[in-house]
Parts: sequence; structure tokens; C-alpha cells
Amino acid sequence: MPDAVSSLGSSIRAIFKIFHSERSIMSFSPDKLGNADEIGATTETYKNAAIQAGYRRQLRRRYLTLLGVAVLLCVSFVFDVSNGPGNFPLSIVIETLLDPQAHGIKLEVIIWDYRLPIAITAVLVGAILALAGAQMQTVLNNPLAEPFTLGVSSAASFGAALAIVVGWSIVPNLGPLLVTFNAFIFALLTCIFILVATRIKGVGTETMILFGIAIFFAFNAALAMMQYMASEDELARIVFWMMGSLSRASWEKISLGAILLSLALPYSFYRTWQLTALRMGDDTAISLGIDVARLRVEMLIVISLLAATAVAFVGTVGFVGLVGPHIARLIVGEDQRFFIPLSALVGALTLSLTSIISKMITPGIIYPIGIITALIGVPVFISLILSTRKERLS
Amino acid sequence: MTLEISGLCSDYGSKKILKDVSIAPVAGGEFVGLIGPNASGKSTLFKSIAGAVKATDGVISLDGRDLRRASRGQRSKVVAYMPQSYGCNAVLTVFECVLLALKQMTGWRVKQDDLQRVSNVLHALGLSHLADRGISKLSGGQAQMVSVAQTLVREPRLVLLDEPTSALDLHHQLSILSTIRAFMRNRNMIVIAALHDLNLAAQFCDRLVLIKEGEVLADGKPEKVLALKEIDETYRVMTNLEKTSRDTLYVDARLSA
Repeated sequence: MPDAVSSLGSSIRAIFKIFHSERSIMSFSPDKLGNADEIGATTETYKNAAIQAGYRRQLRRRYLTLLGVAVLLCVSFVFDVSNGPGNFPLSIVIETLLDPQAHGIKLEVIIWDYRLPIAITAVLVGAILALAGAQMQTVLNNPLAEPFTLGVSSAASFGAALAIVVGWSIVPNLGPLLVTFNAFIFALLTCIFILVATRIKGVGTETMILFGIAIFFAFNAALAMMQYMASEDELARIVFWMMGSLSRASWEKISLGAILLSLALPYSFYRTWQLTALRMGDDTAISLGIDVARLRVEMLIVISLLAATAVAFVGTVGFVGLVGPHIARLIVGEDQRFFIPLSALVGALTLSLTSIISKMITPGIIYPIGIITALIGVPVFISLILSTRKERLS
Repeated sequence: MTLEISGLCSDYGSKKILKDVSIAPVAGGEFVGLIGPNASGKSTLFKSIAGAVKATDGVISLDGRDLRRASRGQRSKVVAYMPQSYGCNAVLTVFECVLLALKQMTGWRVKQDDLQRVSNVLHALGLSHLADRGISKLSGGQAQMVSVAQTLVREPRLVLLDEPTSALDLHHQLSILSTIRAFMRNRNMIVIAALHDLNLAAQFCDRLVLIKEGEVLADGKPEKVLALKEIDETYRVMTNLEKTSRDTLYVDARLSA
């Protein structure tokens, strides 16, 4: 199925190019109304009006972009649900979505118990990972920050491995949720550890990133130790967990994730102007009256919850937390009113498309999503970066 | 409208930076130049007034209101502090940068009045043509002008500018200081600016405060302060204060032997 994969890659590029044409969304031209002297208005009023009109145009384009990506996400979502073994026609799938009993119990089970949770989880986790990545990048002032680079993912993997091999958990008697919960707790503890250490020592953002990398290596080593000690069966489970898969989706996890996202998003919006100001550098943000240290801690708590939840649900899915914010930044810049929602939407779209591809490569087999995001996403991502660089140079 | 600063002390770690800083009351519409060598405590004084650094002792009062007791939010509404800027890598346009500074003190929604204030300030500082330019694509001087715009757009009562002209060419040094002076006189604001160029300070400031190692050495009219022997001692140079044919002051400086 390499054709489908490459055509999907090129269509993502095409979509991106539409939004990015002539950098139209980032830039507006104050001169579009014509020459001030010809109009005869005073230069000041004229120029001010033109600048404001330009800014409003820019806002309209950004709202349209958000809407466009949201529509794409809906299309991708429906396609994801309709795609899979069984090859049911789209109309039947949509009818079953609207009325579960429309086409019998078999279809109800396939669509509602199997495909729908996976498709929703893809959207939800994609959005959560990208949101966490976007805010990490803003708060730590580093475009490479994401749950993966800060060691959160490897901590979660270690937590999962510990549960699988030793059967040990911080909270006992969890039954089937043991692995997920352990992964969550370890991811969260890592975040809290970074937070507390930096709070006590008052270190800068660069040190936090270095800290994260050190944790990443420490947990990777501990994880390797677990793998070494594991039996063959346990080893297989660990490896499968680490690959990142949507097949662990369930309605309980979905509702937890949805609640979290519905709390984190409004909170981020509440802080948008402060977060935007943070991008001007700490000194400027402080001079604007922002309590930078407190804002950073608050946001890191939100990020920790988001990242830990996403990683615990689907395992290690790198790259989405990096690519979502990056593409959003290229399209709308860093006014957080647009950057935050677009990052989440692009992240959701990326994982939704990946979910489709993971089913299409070999019919009947669903490949782990963590492999697909990297294998297909990275080349697309690199070509995006290279093409935009070229456009900017010319 | 008066600013009073007396007995102000401030530490950095265990080191005392400001030692009992007092300056004569500053009235509205007054442009005060803060002069002194590198690391003399100028930035710390600004940060202490703005609340970015906690003063350990002393009084800072604006219109009789104790600023040290005011919350961060209250203080940032009346005091705007422009730090020394080194540019940034944010993906934001100049318009957005100025807007975000204003939005820290007005509500979440962007209103017509916000847009009007931002475009007015951009126009006043001659930045209109850069409104849609990315902040990271600007030259050092242009970025510094944007910082000034971020400060002025908030129309505070007290403006603290930390070396506002350090990255500007001669034309822009003169034009930005003239603009700031006209802007603050119109609105009866107080401006305190740290300046390294004594000739600029002499030309634009109503009053100069000389500071060295966290202590105020002199405070008064430019012609008085610049003629003091403390200037030579503080900067470790030999100066001669002259009056040009246009009746402006000129500090002729050379390295002391």
C-alpha cells in the first residue's frame, strides 16, 4: 500500500501549502487600500485604519484556517471509522453511527465497540499530545520540548514495564488498569520531580531540558534492565506497549481524556495573553507584570497531567507533540489564541490520519501507531520544513 | 502626580546592590536621566521600582500611594518598565507584540480601542511600515523601538526605560527621545531613562541622577550635574562641559592620564 501512503503524504503537503501560500496568514499588507495622498485623508488616520484592517483580515484568515483544519479532522475521523476489515460501505457506517441498531448487532459491535473508540482515541490523544507539546515549547522557550524529550514517555514506559514484569504498582489491586495506571503515575512523578527540582534550585529553562534528557536516559536504562529480567511473554508485552498503539482504546479512557482536555483547554485560553507575552522572553514578560515563575509552574502542572494521561493511554507516540505545534506555528504564528487550538487540531489530525494509514498498509493488520507516526510523519515533516525554508529564502 | 523614592535598598543574593537610594521628588511631565557606569545599579533600581526585584527597605510612592505594598497587577498598571532587550525568536508580528503588551492590562477580548491604541503608538514611533513584520526579522534597533512601543502603549503614569537608545543609529536616538518626550509631556507622565550617552542625556533630560555602586552621588539639572568633579571620578575620565553655539551642552571627554 505504498501508493496510498505517498499520496496521503503529498495531500498533507498540498493542504499545508494552501494555508501557507505566500505566507498569507502570517503577513498582512497595510498598503492594500491604495495611496494615502490620493485618497486625501490625513496620513495618520489613513495608515492606522489600514493597519487595523490588515490585522482584522489576518484574524479572519486564522479563524478560517481553524475551521478548515477542523473540517479536515471530521473527514479524517469519519474515514477512520469507515475504514477497516469488513469493507462496509460509507453510508452503512454513517447510518450505524447515527443509529447503532440500524444494521444489526454485528455492525453495532464493530463500529461502536471497536472502531469508534480507536478513532476517538486517535483524535483525543493527538490533541492532548500536541497541546502538551505546544505549551512545553512555549513555557520552556524551546522548540524541541515535548513529552518525549523531557523523559515523560520513557518514565511511563518504565512504569508500564514494572507493572508487567514485577506486577508492582504504587496503588495496589487495580486489576486490568494496572499497567496504564503505573505508566501514568511514573510519568506524573517525573514531571513533578522536574518541577520541584527546578523550583527549589530556581534553574533556567535550558537546565530543565537538560534535566529531562538525563531522566530520559536514566529511565531508558532502567527499562532495559526490566526487559533483560523479563520472560519472553513479558518482553513481548513491554515491547508492544512501548510501540504505542490505539488498540488499547476504551470508553473509560476516552471519557477521562475528554474531561482532562475540556479542563486544560479553557485554562490555556484563560492564560493566552500571558503565554503569548512569555514568548517575548522572561525579562519582558516580568516587566509586563506577569509572575513568570508562577505561570511556568501552573502550566507545567497542566502539561504534566496531559502528557502523563496521553502516554499512559497509548504508549510511546513521539513526534505528534513536536509536529502539531510546529505546523501550527508555521501557519498562524504564536498568538496563543490561535496557536493553542491549531496545535491541538493538527495533532489530532496527524494521529487520525496515522490511524487510517496503520490500517491500510496491510489489510487486516493494524500496525502500532508509534511506528507509523515516525516512519511516515518524519519525511513529510522534513519536506515541510525544507520547502518553507526555501520559500522564505526566495 | 509625584514620584518619591527614599532610602531604597535592594539585594542580589547576599550582595547589597542599592544602598539607601533617595532622589528628590519627581513631578509629572518630568524627564529624568539616570546616568552612571556599567553595573552601578541602574537596572536594579528600575526593577525595584517596577517590582521585578523586591526592595528590602525604603519608600517608593507614586501620588502618595505606596508602590511597594501594591500587588504586581496594580503596580504594572501604573508603572511600565522597559528592560534592556536582546531581541527574541517569537513568531509574532510587530503589531501582535505591541498588542500583547496592551492586553496584559485590558480584558481578554481584543476591542476596537485596543487596535486604535496599538496603531497610534506604532504611528507615533514611525513603526507603521513594520506592523506586519515578524519580530525576529527586525534589526536590533527596530526591535528596541518595538520595546519602547510596548512600554508606551500601556500609557502608564511612570515609565522606566533601561538604555532605550543603545542599539539605535544617531537619527533614531534623537527621534525616539523626542517622540518619548512629546508623548509623556502630553500625558503628564514621568519618565526615568538610563542613558550612557551624556550628551543625549544633557539634551533631553530635565534632570540627571548620577549613581555609582548603588549610591546616588548627584541629583539636579544637567548643567549642574555634568559639571561636577564626580562625573570624572565615576567614569574615570576627564571631562569638560561646554556650551555649543546652539546653546546645547556638550561633554568633551577623554581618558584620564
